[in-house]
Formats: sequence, C-alpha cells, structure tokens
Amino acid sequence: MELTGADIFVRCLKDEGVEYIFGYPGGAALHIYDALYRQEDVKHILVRHEQGAAHAADGYARSTGKPGVVLVTSGPGITNAVTGIATAYMDSIPMVIISGQVPTHLIGDDAFQEVDAVGITRPCVKHNFLVQDVADLAITIKKAFHIATTGRPGPVLVDLPKDVTAQKTEYAYPKTVSMRSYHPTAKGHPGQIKKAVDLMLAAKRPMFYTGGGIIIDNASQPLTELVRLLGYPCTNTLMGLGAFPANDPLFVGMLGMHGTYEANMAMHDSDVLVAIGARFDDRVTGDVSKFCPHAQIIHVDIDPAQIAKNVPVDVPIVGSAKAVMEEMLKLIRAAKQKPDPAALDAWWKQINTWRGQNCLEYDRDAKLIKPQYVIETLHRLTNGDAYVTSDVGQHQMWAAQYYPFNEPRRWINSGGLGTMGFGLPAAMGVKLAHPDATVCCVTGEASIQMCIQELSTCKQYNLPIKIVNLNNRYMGMVRQWQEFFYESRYSHSYMDALPDFVKLAEAYGHVGMKIEKPGDVEGALKEALQMKDRLVFMDFITDQTENVYPMIAAGKAHNEMHLKPCKAVVPTDRELA
Amino acid sequence: MLLENESGALSRVAGLFSARGYNIESLTVAPTEDETLSRLTLVTSGSEDVIEQITKQLNKLVDVYKLTDLTGGPYIEREMLLIKVNAGGTMRDEVKRLVDIFRGRIIDVTDKTYVIELTGTGSKLEAFIDAVRGAGIIEVVRSGVSGIARGDKGMQI
Repeated sequence: MELTGADIFVRCLKDEGVEYIFGYPGGAALHIYDALYRQEDVKHILVRHEQGAAHAADGYARSTGKPGVVLVTSGPGITNAVTGIATAYMDSIPMVIISGQVPTHLIGDDAFQEVDAVGITRPCVKHNFLVQDVADLAITIKKAFHIATTGRPGPVLVDLPKDVTAQKTEYAYPKTVSMRSYHPTAKGHPGQIKKAVDLMLAAKRPMFYTGGGIIIDNASQPLTELVRLLGYPCTNTLMGLGAFPANDPLFVGMLGMHGTYEANMAMHDSDVLVAIGARFDDRVTGDVSKFCPHAQIIHVDIDPAQIAKNVPVDVPIVGSAKAVMEEMLKLIRAAKQKPDPAALDAWWKQINTWRGQNCLEYDRDAKLIKPQYVIETLHRLTNGDAYVTSDVGQHQMWAAQYYPFNEPRRWINSGGLGTMGFGLPAAMGVKLAHPDATVCCVTGEASIQMCIQELSTCKQYNLPIKIVNLNNRYMGMVRQWQEFFYESRYSHSYMDALPDFVKLAEAYGHVGMKIEKPGDVEGALKEALQMKDRLVFMDFITDQTENVYPMIAAGKAHNEMHLKPCKAVVPTDRELA
Repeated sequence: MLLENESGALSRVAGLFSARGYNIESLTVAPTEDETLSRLTLVTSGSEDVIEQITKQLNKLVDVYKLTDLTGGPYIEREMLLIKVNAGGTMRDEVKRLVDIFRGRIIDVTDKTYVIELTGTGSKLEAFIDAVRGAGIIEVVRSGVSGIARGDKGMQI
C-alpha cells in the first residue's frame, strides 16, 4: 500500500524504536503532525519553544544513550532549534532533527517561513540532508539515525519539504544501511595498543584523564576495571563525571579550570598520561605550552581529528574507548611486568599531600546560604543517586564539584557550548526517560530565565522535576571574571528586576519555595524531594560574594591554581537598592 | 579528493575551511567518469600540523569518499590560463613570440588584442603573466590547479 511522506516518516520513527519526539508544529510540518495524530506508537512532547525541544531530546539522549528526536517547522522553527543542535554537536550527542521546509517549488523564492535550514545548520551538525523526493525519504531517515549514533555521535538534520510529506510511495524501512563514504573506525591498532600498555606499565607517575567519550561509548566498566587493576589515579573532565566512580579512592576529582588541586597537580607532574575519550579542551589544558611538561601522552579517541589537535601525542590510538580498553585489559592481565610498587607508593603519597589542601573547603558557619552547602545537602539527601542537569555558570561548577557521581549518564550539562537555558528542558527529557528517578535541575536565576517557559510543558506532561535555583542576583560567573580581570567593574551582570520565582512557579501550576537561611536548606530540600508528583521550584537566596574555587585563570598552567578564596567585594542588593 | 556528487557537498568543504580558519588558495571541482563522484583538487598551505588537521577534518565529512595529499609523493599539477592582452602596434609580434616561448596558443584575435591559452604549473602561468604585463593585460582567467599522482596507482572506488 502506498503511504504519504508524512505517514512514512512516522512509520520510520516507529521502526527505529523511537519512544518520544520533542517538537512544535507549524505550517510546513502540518502533514507530519496530522500523521502523528493518527497513531499512538510515537509520543510527541509539545514544548513551548523549539530550543527547549532540542535540549529535551538532548537530555533524553544523554541519560539513555539512545538518539533524541526533534521535530520543528521551517523558518523560525528551525532557527530557534539551532542553539540546541549546536549544544548537542559540541558534546557529541546522538540526535536526529526533522525540520519542515516550504514546498520544493518555493525553495529559493523567499517564501513565507523559508530559511536555508541545511545551510544554517551545516557547521553544527554531523551531517544533514534535504529530501526532494518521497522515494528517498525512508532511506534518508535510516541514514540519519545511522550517522547520528555511530562513530563519534552527533546531531543529523533532515529537512523535509511540505510537498514531499504529501507525495505517496510504497513504504519499506531498510534494515541496514551502508554508505561508501562513511566508515567510522571502531577497533584500535593492536601495535599501538601494545605500545601504550608497555608505556603504562613502565610509568612512575601515571595518570588517567578521561572524558565524555567514556560515557558516550558506555565504557565505564572497562575504565573502572582498568584503573583499579593498575591502581593509578584517575581524573574526569566535566563531561566525563560519573564515568569513573567518584567514591573510589583512586578518583582525584575533576580537572581543569575549576578542577581539584590534586587532579591538576597530578596532571602537571605525571610522566605517563592516558587520555581516553577526552579532547584536550582549553578549559582542561590551560596554557598548552605548559601542559603536562613531563608526560608521554597516550590518546585514545574514536575521532582521529581529536588526536594531536591541541597537544602533541606520543601514542595515538584511533578506536572506540570500550574496544581499546578491553584490549588493554587483556594485555595487562597477560603481561609479566607489573606497575612499580615503590614508584606508585611515592606517587600516591605526593597526591595525598595535595589532597590534604582540601581545595573544596568553604565557610560552613556563614550566616548566608552558601551555594556549595545547598549542593552538598542535595547530594546527601538523594544518596548521590539523582539525575542532575545544570545550566551554565557558577552553579554548574558547584554542582560538578560538590555532587560526586558514581555512575555515568547522571550528570547532564552543556560542557562544550556552555548553553544557558539547557538545564530545565534537558531535565524534561531525563524525567520522561526515567519516570521513577529523582531528577534535579541545578540552575541560577539568570540561566533559568532563558527557557523558563518550559515550566508549562512540565505541567502538561506532569514532570515532577526538582529545580534548585541558586539565586545570587548576579550572572555569577560573569561577575566573578569581572571581579578578577576587570577590576570589579560589574558591567551588566546584576540581575535587576527579578521575578518572584515562588509566584511564577505557582502561576505555572507548580510548587514554589523561597529559602533564605542556611538552617532552612535541609528542611526545604527534604520537603521538596518528598513531593514525588509535583514540580518544586526552590529559590535559594545565596551569598552573592561567593566565587568558584579553586581556579586556574585562562591561559595559565595546571600548577598555577588559585586556592584560597579571597573575599569578593560586590555591591549587595541592599547597597544597590 | 573524491567527493559524493551531491548538492551541498562542495559547500561542506568550503565551509570547513572558513569555519576553522584555513585558507583555500585554489579549488577545482568537476564530475568524474563515474557521475556519482566529483574530483576536487584543493591547494592550501600551512605547517605540517595544520595540514594533518585539515586532512583529518576533511576525512570526517560524510560526503568525502577519499582524500590524498598529493605532495606526499611525485605528482603532476596543471592549471589553465586564458588571458586577453593588448596586441596592437609594436607589441603584436613581441606577444606572439612570448606565446611561442611558453608554448601557449592564440585562440582569438582582433586588431588590438589576443586571447591566449596556456597550460602548466601555477608558477609557469605566473611567469607568463609577468612577461606579457608590459603589453597591457585586459583580463585574466585561471582555472585553478588540478593534480594527479604519478605512477600506476589511481584514486578510485
């Protein structure tokens, strides 16, 4: 039987095993929306802004490993989604975006709601397609899912003109697809792996530095085995938190700009660095000319272009993190050579001295609510077991520092693009995928306002997310940089005229709480977490002067960290009033 | 480079260069004997690291089927020049002599001008342009460099 392009598209989603799609209708997508109306297999979540759709699909993908699916209309529909697509692209998140397009005969005529979607998204997708014939539709959707989910994952856009969704053809969904110009490498080169293992076993001051690639490749188990087998220290990037259990004594915390003192010092002094699924981002390396000056570097990545991009590498290995580590485990178990116990002992003594600095210590007797205390308490009350999404800024760093994750896919944040507004819609995707889990969105009063309209979506689909708003009345990270690097000229970083978040949450049909004293933090969190079926917006009025420490200033080396918090001099609300 | 002959493939290549701050010195592209594939020759410059990164990034493009750095071995490069120059009075014979020396061809003639066709490496074309500059150049059209490796190995599917 012949089906219309719209029906074919929906059948493709069903045959691809898609559970949820996140979208917003419009003229060019109306045939597709009509096809969605006439079926029950694929559930559509109606967001309030297309950016929210992309972030929600992203949160779904990050927390499950399955591709997130987005459906938007042409013109403003797709341009609104671009921020969310770029967010997924920077963090290598599998996503398929379908955008409606004006009918093929109008393309190029500046038609109503026409935009060159393929052109606009080209720099921020792994690949994209414009479907011009209904006969190509099913195979294109298959290719889109194939490309999005294999190799180094990423978003793939399919632009679908309205007339193509009305044309009819026979439907058959291809079981497999092969593309002559797309063959991602999976297995690493055996000779290189052997070389890496020899280097690892001979190391005196070894260090594991692993990133989001471990989580994407579901490689936490081989990583944990590998690190424990060798007894070497391990640090995770912001994107890799949870890939190695934070409660393991071999874990030295996050590294980089706001990483721990011990992680950064151990990086700097290491003699063999094993980098897996991490891309030597500038927030991690600091000054590349001073990066790991004593180390021979092994770099495992599925994307050859990441290897030796920012930092020269001694043993490059192109391959999937999981496959390569499984090979490494075999070789190490069979090897006669064992790590040098005396060297390792001395190395751990040194690391423990650095640990003794207690770099994450903060003032626990403060009269104002310390943001770190809120996150620590949240961690304690959720047994470290919640899914935590975040926006971008100081609160994101505090969540990363004070909520240790023992499992992968629990920490959901925009690391690469640094997208404010990510946290709430991402939490919606996480909650839909894990309806019985506790899902918290750690945010700030600036970030949350960038996608606050999604509170309405949360009401419609009954998504009882717990929003932890660390409200310091400043764009905190902007203010911190202005304090440090612009002689405290706080240019446009004060969030004046804030809404009453309690009333706002109530207006959307949720529960709002305002917490102003440290003594009330625990009680409020407990109460909110007990309200299993309600979204609770907790507005914590925190100390405005608090800064994120430790810190490596941009362009400095790992051993040039600032540790001691200096008291910030910030005009407070009262002084500004 | 062998590139899928699909709409947008060329802009992916060009877009990668502009997005990552690489320089395209010349670019030629046309379909091959297999109409589903285009052959693209691109000339760029940079340190070894930069060329390595460009190669890797291009290989990542889904539309790029195969890529070779021709400068890694013996290769042949050719470029075609069409040039319109003043050829009146005393310069008329002088320009003709230069065309002969460079083994070019005069392919259009008026009372005052010649159109000359010349093929060779980029540096040969530049030398010719310098040589006829004195006559007065009216128009220069260069095709951009096309290249092929020497020897019996070919870039094929």
